[in-house]
Amino acid sequence: MKELRAWFRSGSPWIWMNAGAVTASIVMVAALIILIAVRGLGHFWAKPVFEADYIEADGSITLLIGEIHDSEMVPAERLREAGETVAAGVDTLRRYLVKTGNRDTGGLDFRWALESRIKAKRYPETLMVLERYEWGNFYGYLRSVSEDGTLVAEGEAAWETLQQRLERNRALHAQIRQIEKNAIGSVNYRLERLRLAERRLELDRVTPGSRAYLDLAEARATLQREYEGLQQSLGELQQQVARDSIGAEVMDGRVVEIPLAKVVRAYRPNAMGAVGKVGFYMGKLWEFVSDDPREANTEGGIFPAIFGTVLMVILMSIFVTPFGVVAAVYLREYAKQGPLTRTIRIAVNNLAGVPSIVYGVFGLGFFVYFLGGNIDQLFFPESLPAPTFGTPGLLWASLTLAILTVPVVIVATEEGLSRIPRAIREGSMALGATKAETLWRTVLPMASPAMMTGLILAVARAAGEVAPLMLVGVVKMAPSLALDGNYPFLHLDQKFMHLGFHIFDVGFQSPNVEAARPLVYATALLLVLVIVLLNLAAIAIRNHLREKYRALEH
Amino acid sequence: MTEATAITHGIDIGALDREPRHLRMQDETICLEVKDLNLYYGDKQALSGINMQIPKQRVSAFIGPSGCGKSTLLRCFNRMNDLVDGVRIDGQIAIDGEDMYAPHVNVAELRRRVGMVFQKPNPFPKSIFENVAYGLRIQGNPGKRELAEVVEKALKGAALWDEVKDRLHDSALGLSGGQQQRLVIARAIAIEPEVLLLDEPASALDPISTLKIEELIYELKDRYTIVIVTHNMQQAARVSDYTAFMYMGELVEFGDTDTLFTNPRKKQTEDYITGRYG
Repeated sequence: MKELRAWFRSGSPWIWMNAGAVTASIVMVAALIILIAVRGLGHFWAKPVFEADYIEADGSITLLIGEIHDSEMVPAERLREAGETVAAGVDTLRRYLVKTGNRDTGGLDFRWALESRIKAKRYPETLMVLERYEWGNFYGYLRSVSEDGTLVAEGEAAWETLQQRLERNRALHAQIRQIEKNAIGSVNYRLERLRLAERRLELDRVTPGSRAYLDLAEARATLQREYEGLQQSLGELQQQVARDSIGAEVMDGRVVEIPLAKVVRAYRPNAMGAVGKVGFYMGKLWEFVSDDPREANTEGGIFPAIFGTVLMVILMSIFVTPFGVVAAVYLREYAKQGPLTRTIRIAVNNLAGVPSIVYGVFGLGFFVYFLGGNIDQLFFPESLPAPTFGTPGLLWASLTLAILTVPVVIVATEEGLSRIPRAIREGSMALGATKAETLWRTVLPMASPAMMTGLILAVARAAGEVAPLMLVGVVKMAPSLALDGNYPFLHLDQKFMHLGFHIFDVGFQSPNVEAARPLVYATALLLVLVIVLLNLAAIAIRNHLREKYRALEH
Repeated sequence: MTEATAITHGIDIGALDREPRHLRMQDETICLEVKDLNLYYGDKQALSGINMQIPKQRVSAFIGPSGCGKSTLLRCFNRMNDLVDGVRIDGQIAIDGEDMYAPHVNVAELRRRVGMVFQKPNPFPKSIFENVAYGLRIQGNPGKRELAEVVEKALKGAALWDEVKDRLHDSALGLSGGQQQRLVIARAIAIEPEVLLLDEPASALDPISTLKIEELIYELKDRYTIVIVTHNMQQAARVSDYTAFMYMGELVEFGDTDTLFTNPRKKQTEDYITGRYG
């Protein structure tokens, strides 16, 4: 008893408790990162594909081909109730969720298979997986390759031919994408601008048939010719892509024909060595961060979402920093300190606690409908009734988040300003500088590390925010990036994709939740990485500034 | 206010090895003239009824115990007290006959004429060069050559040039305390003020740096009217031509240093100098 009291008095319990709290925090963060990393990154690994005889419930035997996606233990009781015959004395049975792919032939991507009914599981090396632009993965055996309907290769030789022709198709696809996205996109964009210009002329009551109209018509004709030219080369390319097809045998024994144009890549996971698998993994990972999404976001990459997130955060920073700094300078340096400034400070601090969805509602009501609507009336009457800025978009999302994060910038900047020694200010004033000159030349540069701290906190908050964005500009699928080669290059009125919303969308709104779940983890990991990188960049700038304006030691 | 560490009460002016300068107030041109100056911090009166005339191109020292108002008075000469909340001033201070508290006076302009050096060295976190160039840059955009010339002249004037000429673009914060204080003086004289106010310029420095500052003051007095506040009576006796003794917000005695230290007119002054109180 006495010893226990002495122990308490020594302070050790405190130290243990504190250390415990720190440990718990670290463990939680590490566990979170590890969980999403393992779940997310595992998805890109080429899993072995098995073939097995499966005894169906009615006793017939079918061939089952697929990869094991998940497994769980099911109580025998439940299976018995479902009409399965389970041997007495067995309490639980393992069952696998098998990804069988072939949604076009079989109807379903996944099926449950009881472990006890899987017989003669084998991993044939010739088993092939196709990743396709449509209908998800294909599992089966390659039988033949045809060109324009005539057979060119059969049997084992077909594999080599397939790889060569896929290579050719990849190049063609790149050309098609280039024409579709860039060239035709640009022509369409310019045509739209011409249409708006014409509408503008109409609104300005320019007489039809006048010079301006003729110029427009001429420009349109040129564009139209350009468009037709592009369309023609596109048609040719598509024809070339559509030339080849393959014959492949699926698990029920049918041989189906698959046009090569629909195939992204073909691989034989069971035949791959460790090096091949690592190479494949890297390729998939690169595709994930650099490509556009396919199949309702459940496949392909998430580059537009990364791009949208980073662009939005950068725009937000550009809006929030000057605004917050100017407000803080007024509050700290110019405003008379009294009950009013105190009230304002409390209000600002409390703003940071307002739920973010409230800002979303505000952004929608004020920015989108009020500001955007009026901007459209004043500056873009030619495109009405289709809104330009009167609809959610990048600008409004950035501004909404800027308002959301402005309190942290104000608080941090004020903190920094109050820490500049009086001696420095007086030294500057004594040299004949006015207050504004002192602020501009000495105080603000010295407070810049504190501003950066505010910005770091703002970025951390803004990059992870999803709820308000759903109201003011984020979409599931944006057809083009907000920054491109068409004048004026940065399209602030466009909607954009965002990693946070992408997680929500893929995880909960997707038509194929089971297939998309690993992408949720991978995207979450990427979101964390993007936030970490943005923060590291800001921290590096801050440390540089801190070193540069190291203030006097007191 | 921090008490300087090396205060010794009671000094022997003969032991200082100071040449008597034989100056007389009535022969001097007046630079700063203070008339019936009262200063209040809120309700508290800090200076009462100050009347004095500070001669041009001489060193005048203000001495007195802590809290007697000597720094406050000094800060009136470049209106630095304007920056303190709740300060109220009545009375008049004229520089070359112009009232510096008149409504039309441009305070920034005035501070260019009346430079100031503070107790603790306060260089800006910029390069040595930029520190000295600061005042000039504020006045306008000087040419590159002109700027370099002025900076060199100011640093030479503050006896710092030889020590820093090879590292003008290094941070000023890397200098020693004494060098920093001379840099701050160079910064002040770079804009060619008429008056230089020194608020205990050596109290945060070691003895050798203190000596250098004192030598510098001696050299600068031909060109500037210098007013120095100091805790250290030996220092006042060494560097100054005229000395003012202040006590409890009042000016007790102001006269040439020769007389004030050897033959003060007021008993209070004598008591302070001989170390009977303070």
